[in-house]
Amino acid sequence: MSDTSEKIVKLDGVEKNFGAVRALDGVDLQILSGECLGIVGHNGAGKSTLMNILAGTQSCSAGAVSFNSDSGGGSRGGSGSNVGERAHNVSEAHAQGIRCVFQELSLCPNLTVAENARILHPRIKGWRWRRQASDLILNKLDEVFPGHGIQADDPVGDLSIANRQMVEIARAFTVVDTPLRLVILDEPTSSLDAIIAQQLLRHVRRFVDAGGSCILISHLLEEILETSDRIIVMRDGRIVDDRTAGAFTRQSLVEAMGSVVKEKEQEQLGFASKRAVGDPLVSAHPPGQDSGIKLEAHKGEIVGLAGLSGHGQTEILVRVFLDKRKAKSDLALVAGDRQNDGVFPIWSIRQNIGIGSLRNLLKNGFLDLDAERKLADSWRERIAIRTPDMANNILSLSGGNQQKALFARAFGSSAKIILMDDPMRGVDIGTKQEVYEMIREEATAGRTFIWYTTEMDELNHCDHVYVFRDGTIAADLARDALTEQKVLQASFQGAV
Amino acid sequence: MIAWISSPRILRGLLPAFSLAVILVAIFYLQPRAMSYFGLNLLLNLALPIAFATLAQMCVITVNDLDLGIGAYVGFVVCVSATWLNDQPVIGVVVLAGCIAVYGALGALIHLRNLPSIVVTLGMSFFWLGLALLVLPTPGGKAPDWIRAIMTFKAPGVPMTIYASAAIALLVHIGLKRSAFGAVLRGAGGNPRSVERAGWSLLRIKVTMYALAGFFGVLSGISLIGLTTSADANIALRYTLLSIAGVILGGGEFVGGRISPIGAVLGAMTLTLAGSFLSFLRISPDWQIGAQGAILIIVLALRVVINRTEARRPR
Amino acid sequence: MISDRLRILFEKPWIWAFLGAGLVWMATIAFTGGQGAGQILSAALAFATFSVIVGIGQMYVITLGPGNIDLSIPATMTFAGAVSMKIVDTQDSMVVLGLVIALACGAAVGVFNYGLIRVLRIPPIIATLSSSFLVQSSAIAYGRGLKIKPPPMLADFTTAKIAGVPVLAICVIGLAAVMGVVLHRTVYGKSVIAIGQNPRAAQFAGINVDFTRFATYVLSAVMAGLCGYVLSGFSGGASLNMGAEYLLASIAVVVIGGTSVAGGFANLPGLWGAALFMFLLVTMLNIFGLTAGVRLILTGAIIVGVITLAGGRKT
Repeated sequence: MSDTSEKIVKLDGVEKNFGAVRALDGVDLQILSGECLGIVGHNGAGKSTLMNILAGTQSCSAGAVSFNSDSGGGSRGGSGSNVGERAHNVSEAHAQGIRCVFQELSLCPNLTVAENARILHPRIKGWRWRRQASDLILNKLDEVFPGHGIQADDPVGDLSIANRQMVEIARAFTVVDTPLRLVILDEPTSSLDAIIAQQLLRHVRRFVDAGGSCILISHLLEEILETSDRIIVMRDGRIVDDRTAGAFTRQSLVEAMGSVVKEKEQEQLGFASKRAVGDPLVSAHPPGQDSGIKLEAHKGEIVGLAGLSGHGQTEILVRVFLDKRKAKSDLALVAGDRQNDGVFPIWSIRQNIGIGSLRNLLKNGFLDLDAERKLADSWRERIAIRTPDMANNILSLSGGNQQKALFARAFGSSAKIILMDDPMRGVDIGTKQEVYEMIREEATAGRTFIWYTTEMDELNHCDHVYVFRDGTIAADLARDALTEQKVLQASFQGAV
Repeated sequence: MIAWISSPRILRGLLPAFSLAVILVAIFYLQPRAMSYFGLNLLLNLALPIAFATLAQMCVITVNDLDLGIGAYVGFVVCVSATWLNDQPVIGVVVLAGCIAVYGALGALIHLRNLPSIVVTLGMSFFWLGLALLVLPTPGGKAPDWIRAIMTFKAPGVPMTIYASAAIALLVHIGLKRSAFGAVLRGAGGNPRSVERAGWSLLRIKVTMYALAGFFGVLSGISLIGLTTSADANIALRYTLLSIAGVILGGGEFVGGRISPIGAVLGAMTLTLAGSFLSFLRISPDWQIGAQGAILIIVLALRVVINRTEARRPR
Repeated sequence: MISDRLRILFEKPWIWAFLGAGLVWMATIAFTGGQGAGQILSAALAFATFSVIVGIGQMYVITLGPGNIDLSIPATMTFAGAVSMKIVDTQDSMVVLGLVIALACGAAVGVFNYGLIRVLRIPPIIATLSSSFLVQSSAIAYGRGLKIKPPPMLADFTTAKIAGVPVLAICVIGLAAVMGVVLHRTVYGKSVIAIGQNPRAAQFAGINVDFTRFATYVLSAVMAGLCGYVLSGFSGGASLNMGAEYLLASIAVVVIGGTSVAGGFANLPGLWGAALFMFLLVTMLNIFGLTAGVRLILTGAIIVGVITLAGGRKT
């Protein structure tokens, strides 16, 4: 950060209420030019709400948002609005040079990459608009993600999730007329593999060093520590810590977030292979696998699927699920993409949990509502779902708590085999530890888990790990043979 | 070149043209005399009103809605054209312009109150039918001379219908698929929330598309009266289901903003010809309705086959 | 306390339909000076019964999620009515067999519909549409257009009344109650609702999506078959256009009754409220002496008005 850095945005006492829920409880924040601000916090901390207010997609209930004084924009929330200030909304944010890339992708799948670029820039029109838009987005893609391989007239619906995320991010960095001052990235690397994520973070540094500002929200603490100049920690709607990045360590960040942290030492329990006895419960052959390696899971085993994201792990999970269902086995799947694969948005939390155990909740062929209630309440205890009432709509829960409800659905069922599709995305560390514990307990009691995860640490909980690369199994490692090196090697090049 | 032509996306795009060609060939085979200017004219006569109605439906489908009242609406326009537009043109024009405005208002209503378009347009179908009955309680009326003249114009080479259909298809294609604003309109069907977040007014987009639908509906009614000369409130009720079928045959999808104007027009023409095709096949009148259903099923089955081939290809 | 109870009552999705029905009835008898109040209600119950029967089936289908709708209901009614009447041939001894035949006809159509949807991957709107063409043709071919009288026992049963309340209505109230319990308290019903909210999540939660959808389309067609059978008894025979108004009616009672067209949210009492409302509305307009045109306009305007007031699903 240079001495000539100017204030881009200032938030004074910003509050936001959603009915009775207090999402932001008085936030004071300043964002200067030429800095990368990292924001960490567990679910329900208010990070996404804060970003929505900055980006203009939501308005604050109280407090003020103001921009650098010459433009005179900004807004005041609640009563006492100042007539002289323009209302802060999305167009205002764009005019102020603020862009946001949210966790939910916002491209139109029926349009091409170039057409999507146009949607963001109304100024692109006239006869040659298509060429203009194509050049704009391709140049930016080349700049941020060299070697991307995306064409401007590809329909977005045909692209992979990683490519879509890349287009979305690149689009946020495109500039036509208004200068770009602040880019907000909310979990931008969630669908990107390590190499591409690094490209992005490097671009963020370049952008910031050239005078722009960036807000980076991520639960990958290493990313935040590496890339940010300054880090703020949020908890329960407030900022509880605000220091330069160098003053934090991974440990101190986690402590500042205030959750109970159980370190990794407990994983060093003795390893006993569960493969000695009996036939595998699950035996699956990834399509195109030429060597004889099969994905196998024995009773009581925790099997991990590793490798770069999007290399066939989800696909094989779904295949195992469907095949086993056809054979009438009792399986459950915990979705990672909860909006599309997990949550029933009209139902209550209780109903969302109970749907996984319908047949077990029947009395004389009809659903026993009391039993459903008991099931939900017991899981609310066990997995600590933060809600005043289990009869509330499931969307009243924060993202991480919704994920907990999905776990409760699977664990509460009678399923002998539980498949997990990278379910810890966006979940806070304290919850993760609790769930790891629960998985271990259930496995000891005889449940089998197949767990696809994108975080190396979580593989330490598994008895057996299959590393996927390009849709097939590249490495087959029992835990006593598991090292980070081997996983990386298998993910990137030749078998171990 | 071979690879390009056999790519599933291209094949899917060519399917409407292919179905049309197949039906045309089949008709000419059964009835060689149809292969004349006069024959083509007779066969494709009614294609233009149906094409307009299909385009109207397509506009509504672009924004993820469905118009179950288009048939009744076209019927109303026909009745107005046969009465006011003929005797008191100024009133007729004002009424028709008012209709387009009502359609636009419907779009606004549906958007602002988050209403299901199926029900609203269903209700409106009663409304339009009732209005038509008020204007023309019994079949009758007279087509304005200038409309008749246009619709029966003897164009050189191929019948006027073909030129008109091609021109309309091209115009709408340019407007919706090639223009900058067209991308926004379609984007509103693909991901309305993010188009709104990008600063565009969804309300304006919905109103635009519905008003366009109203406009095409008016064109449909005007062209229809030019062909049938006498009006009747129930004359176009079957257009509702026909227009939906035409959009789908043309490669459109109900949700997601994926539509094709050219495909829609081709689909409309195919469906128009299907009727004649069946009479040439000497299918008993009892089964003519059924055969139309069978044709739809066959074409869609073909699309499935093409899609399955795509799914089996390595990405 | 009372205000709490009132609030809960007014949050029920079906309240507006019943309120509307009540208001219309009161306006009618106010106009007639109290005369015929009972008869009007009795007639309303009698005629609304048929809309409710098909409404049940349509409601289950619509609840499966956006894009799910059964457009083949009128054709199925006609087909089941024609086939069962012809086979039973006015013999009282065959009354029960006739019912079974009608239900079987419905089941066959339902299986065919789902075959198109699942195997050929045709969207339900088009699948049921095309199938309705085929089914209608079959009905025409089989029945040869003659109106066959129903067996006297059936005619008597469908027109019988107890203290002014039609017996058939009582039966269908019972049927609706049973189907309500099925919807909210059985594995099948909860599966339908789950699929309507999020089909992928439903699959991953262990629900057999295919079977549930199959059962639902069969259910809808069976309900249509049942309706065709009793309607034949009620109106003195099966005629070729007996189902015509029941397509719009089935959709209207579902939506006005408070079921979400986007799927995943349904209720049974609303079907009765909406059916009564629709019939009472037409009666009221008739009694006010309005012509067909005005009746239709008002019907349409009221449908649009009701749905506007109720609003769509709050996202």
